Amino acid sequence: MNVDQVQEVVNREGADFFPIKLVEEIAQASERNNLTDEELNKLVITVKNMYEREEVEPGESVGTIAAQSVGEPGTQMTMRTFHYAGVVELNVTLGLPRLIEVVDARKKISTPTMDIYFDEEYRNDEEFIRKMGNKIGKITLNDVIKNFNVNYIDNVITAELDMDIINERRLDIDEIIELIQKTFKQVTINNNLLSFETTLSNDEEKVQQSIRELRFLADKIRDLQISGVKGIGKVVIRHEHGEWVIHTEGSNLGMVLKLEGIDIVRTTTNDIFEIEKVLGIEAARNAIIHELYTTMEEQGLSVDIRHIMLVADTMTSDGVVKSIGRHGISGEKSSVLARAAFEETGKHLLNASIRGESDKLTGIIENVIVGQPIPHGTGSVGVVMNNKK
Amino acid sequence: MKGIFKKVSEIDFGLMSPDDIRKMSVTKIVTPDTYDEDGYPIEAGLMDPRLGVIDPGLKCRTCGSKGGECQGHFGHINFARPVIHVGFADTIHKILRSTCRSCGRVLLTETEKEEYKYRLTDKIEHGEDISKLLKQINLASKNDKCPYCEEEQIEIKIDKPISLVEGTYKLTASEVRERLENIPEEDYIYIGINPKVAKPEWMVLTVLPVPPVTVRPSITLETGERSEDDLTHKLVDILRINQRLKENMEAGAPQLIIEDLWELLQYHVTTYFDNESSGVPPARHRSGRPLKTLAQRLKGKEGRFRSNLAGKRVNFSARTVISPDPNLSINEVGVPEMIAKEVTVPINVTEWNMDKMKEYINNGPDVHPGANYIIRPDGRKIRVYDETKETIMENLEPGYTVERHIIDGDIVLFNRQPSLHRMSMMAHEVRVLPYKTFRLNLCVCPPYNADFDGDEMNMHVFQTPEARAEANEIMKVQEHILSPRYGGPIIGAIHDHISGAYLLTHKDTVYPEDKAFQIIKRSKMELPEAKGRDWTGKEIFSLLLPDKLNLVYKAEICKNCEECKYQDCEYDAYVVISNGQLLQGVVDDKGYGSGSGKILDAIVKQFGPSEARHFLDHSTKFAIFGGVMQRGFTTGTADEEIPKEAEDRIDELLEKSDSKVEQLIQAYENNELEALPGRSLRETLEMKIMQVLGEARDNTGVIAERYFEDSNSAVIMAQTGARGSMLNLTQIATCVGQQAVRGGRINRGYKDRTLPHFHKGDVGAKASGFVNSSYKKGLDPLEFFFHAMGGREGLVDTAIRTAQSGYMQRRLVNALHDLSVHEDGTVRDNKGTVIQFKYGEDGINPAKSDYGHVANLDKLIEEMRLDDTHGESE
Repeated sequence: MNVDQVQEVVNREGADFFPIKLVEEIAQASERNNLTDEELNKLVITVKNMYEREEVEPGESVGTIAAQSVGEPGTQMTMRTFHYAGVVELNVTLGLPRLIEVVDARKKISTPTMDIYFDEEYRNDEEFIRKMGNKIGKITLNDVIKNFNVNYIDNVITAELDMDIINERRLDIDEIIELIQKTFKQVTINNNLLSFETTLSNDEEKVQQSIRELRFLADKIRDLQISGVKGIGKVVIRHEHGEWVIHTEGSNLGMVLKLEGIDIVRTTTNDIFEIEKVLGIEAARNAIIHELYTTMEEQGLSVDIRHIMLVADTMTSDGVVKSIGRHGISGEKSSVLARAAFEETGKHLLNASIRGESDKLTGIIENVIVGQPIPHGTGSVGVVMNNKK
Repeated sequence: MKGIFKKVSEIDFGLMSPDDIRKMSVTKIVTPDTYDEDGYPIEAGLMDPRLGVIDPGLKCRTCGSKGGECQGHFGHINFARPVIHVGFADTIHKILRSTCRSCGRVLLTETEKEEYKYRLTDKIEHGEDISKLLKQINLASKNDKCPYCEEEQIEIKIDKPISLVEGTYKLTASEVRERLENIPEEDYIYIGINPKVAKPEWMVLTVLPVPPVTVRPSITLETGERSEDDLTHKLVDILRINQRLKENMEAGAPQLIIEDLWELLQYHVTTYFDNESSGVPPARHRSGRPLKTLAQRLKGKEGRFRSNLAGKRVNFSARTVISPDPNLSINEVGVPEMIAKEVTVPINVTEWNMDKMKEYINNGPDVHPGANYIIRPDGRKIRVYDETKETIMENLEPGYTVERHIIDGDIVLFNRQPSLHRMSMMAHEVRVLPYKTFRLNLCVCPPYNADFDGDEMNMHVFQTPEARAEANEIMKVQEHILSPRYGGPIIGAIHDHISGAYLLTHKDTVYPEDKAFQIIKRSKMELPEAKGRDWTGKEIFSLLLPDKLNLVYKAEICKNCEECKYQDCEYDAYVVISNGQLLQGVVDDKGYGSGSGKILDAIVKQFGPSEARHFLDHSTKFAIFGGVMQRGFTTGTADEEIPKEAEDRIDELLEKSDSKVEQLIQAYENNELEALPGRSLRETLEMKIMQVLGEARDNTGVIAERYFEDSNSAVIMAQTGARGSMLNLTQIATCVGQQAVRGGRINRGYKDRTLPHFHKGDVGAKASGFVNSSYKKGLDPLEFFFHAMGGREGLVDTAIRTAQSGYMQRRLVNALHDLSVHEDGTVRDNKGTVIQFKYGEDGINPAKSDYGHVANLDKLIEEMRLDDTHGESE
């Protein structure tokens, strides 16, 4: 039974308000259980009744419930910042610190990481993936040289390019040499032998200085980045679920998506700001939901997705990712009293006074402060009585 | 009946003009002294009787009302020289920077002004935040030259907190005020001032309102000494300096002295408003304690806002230690008689309850179902005394209100802090009981997160019928069995209830009929029809299941075999309930435990909360009387006893793993270890060692498990999910295992070693905190030390975590609390902005959903088919 057929039954039974996802689920379930038309009909009616019974009532304080449902499990979370999530080789922030990081909408997260997937044609091409891994991951000159020697007497540094590694890592030797020549002016390259000289002349008086210079140059040589995407450090290449995947330390979604052979649909990062920048606010919203949900799940805590959605929607409803707290949502509330009661009391009151703000008392805290029923739940309805004469 | 007669619909904020302040004032304050020698307040002093009264006996000189009723009246102080208000120092600085020093106009061209004006009015109309735009305007209006009078501008710097320096010349407050006065009114909008409520020059004070004495009451100590409020102290300082400044000015003192005094006055006024502003040394009390002035009164957790406005102290509440009582329903709370006699419910006297009310009054305040007060129709409250109760009873008539003691069946609010979710405050029915603790059913421990190691809880008594009705309908415990967090039960059986139910429903449990009936009767159930044969435990348990209940699931004791044998499960872990009969399987944590109970979940969702309450109330009793109490259930170290043979095998295993670790270290030292991708050799070694040691501990557990008998109480508890885990048992019986600090093995302490007992560079199992011993055998001193290290980290961790997660929760709640579902199904905030067009994309309430879904479709189909076949066969 396909989705369209089910949709037809659903419409016929007056349940056209079903979300598409539910219709799909019904279709799958009927497929699994080989439902007859009659049974399907009955199922739809039952589900419709349940749906109507389970709907939220107007006035429900969904915000508070969501906040409590996300906040309360926080007490049960482990504090261990690092945890090996799936990939043994990479450390990723998890648990409460990660939760706070997401909710805070930090611009710089502590452990950015990417999962890079590839198009169908390359998915199982190990050679290609390894090459990509080298292109993406940071490789410095230090990784591909051997016999590194700093000669303090002659003021030269010598090193040898390790062809074994270069070949194993599938790097282009010519490119490397070109890069070295471009970066270091005083370099002589003889076959695979490199020798560098300092800019200083061999002046006896400047021995002290030249040694410092030499050491500085040695560091510079070793740190020369010969490959990699900006912002990305280590990469780990793994075979997962029948395909090759690259996990990275550090993240640069914009650049990686431009590379060849990348599956731009599945490739992702855990840096929400980057997602917002590259893919837009809707993607950022989904990223927040995904990050919060998986963080909770990994700790073995179940939180309904609707609560997390509401948090994410509140954070993104203005078109930019805003943090939960005084610099974000709470600082932009319309009510003076609500802002004053949260944080920075004096600042808000003084500003309100010169701007002549007025508090319309539409929120919760304001009404609690003045001692009136709050406009939620049973307080959101009133009774109008006919004045009998 | 009291109702809401007036509603505050709006609160406007604005600045007070000097005229406003003088108009509102009842007296000018000049003398810094408060009382004369006889102890009477001095006229025109800070305690002037016209400012209001505190003593209940006196009458206010201004309004004539008695102390307690008069809310007080403001006075004022005229400054000899103007003074800048600290709170506005930054704003003044910004304003001066963006206005011309000679003509006072904002340094923007006409076209710029027009554009900004449009954008500002647009934002204000839509109620949006204008702070960011103002900042932008402020930046744009930093011109070197005035576009109107072409005057060269000199940069003005702020010397925190309040001195404004133009170039090198320090502006006096008078000069600042003059400049602010100079700004034309049509330019106010660009500097963020609303001309309707404020003028920039009002930010420089010429007159100071003096708050009434009710705001700063003085305390009379036991010795008869008077101790003044911090604000009064500060006002005295201000007055004293102001007076001196005035005298000096009149006497024509040198400019230098006047300026010094002026600065001093500025300091006192600054600290009067805010005693924590940066750059100003805080004013101190004689004892050295910093004074708590105006800003400090409002700010922070203990400030007016958070502790007196957003949260308020209440009457009709009680707090005491809690203790368990399995005989109560989950909906009930046991209230000590002592408390029941103190907190009351107001009852309106009518013709129909007159006799009952008279009875309460007759009992008086000291006999339990009595009354403490009556309220006459004119609002007078009269205490019931033994001497007066006769007359009160005579005068009682409809229209009176009697405040009677709480009695059985009254509904109260029960709470345990920290109130992290809505289940931390639930409504219970009162059961007045002897002794002095609150009693509660054990099933409600999980939502409150309560135990009985000295926990205290609070109780609040509702005072209006509306509140009682709401509590009854939506706050009752039974309405909160399902948690909105995940749509499953959060209230349910715990600990002995679970081991008890397991023992009762175990396939070997069979009771003779008389015994079975005894159990049923003790569980306060109606006796069923006699069968004339023995009863199985499952049959007894089935008495509680609703007739139409059909359910199939795997119990907690399920061993997750590779191939499930379903009905033929040898452990009886496959549970089948058909038409309210428990045919197969045992009931354990998965059955009706808190957090995961499937049967409980099914009952609430299909038969409603009342049925679920009934099930919980009685099933827990079945578990106790039919399971645990029939067999006797205890645990001790004897349960973790393992034979010598097992111990030998464990020792052997640990030795083997130790040598494996040694091998790894050898390999590492000989550089033979292969590094994992993306890891250094050292890290790889650590990870491999951790893995080997982890496995070793687990394997000892497996060995020990084989020697535990099935009837072992500790094992029953661990396997049914009642309490503890197999890991706990392993640690007690065989080997405690690796102690971790910061997620890794212990590696800190001395140079290159953890303790001086080891060689330098020793990274072996023992030297890095692997505990070979079991808790039962006892730890050797080194192991004990490492164990303490791990334990301490755990404690520190929890302490930090609670603080962090508490703050996160506060921020979350604060950011989201204004959101609610509207009639059209959208989620909006208080401005009316749509956050979600349909709540959760499908409009389903997670608290009513089936673990977040509308329905478990497969289960539904199965039940549907089951129903059909039954229908046909009948």
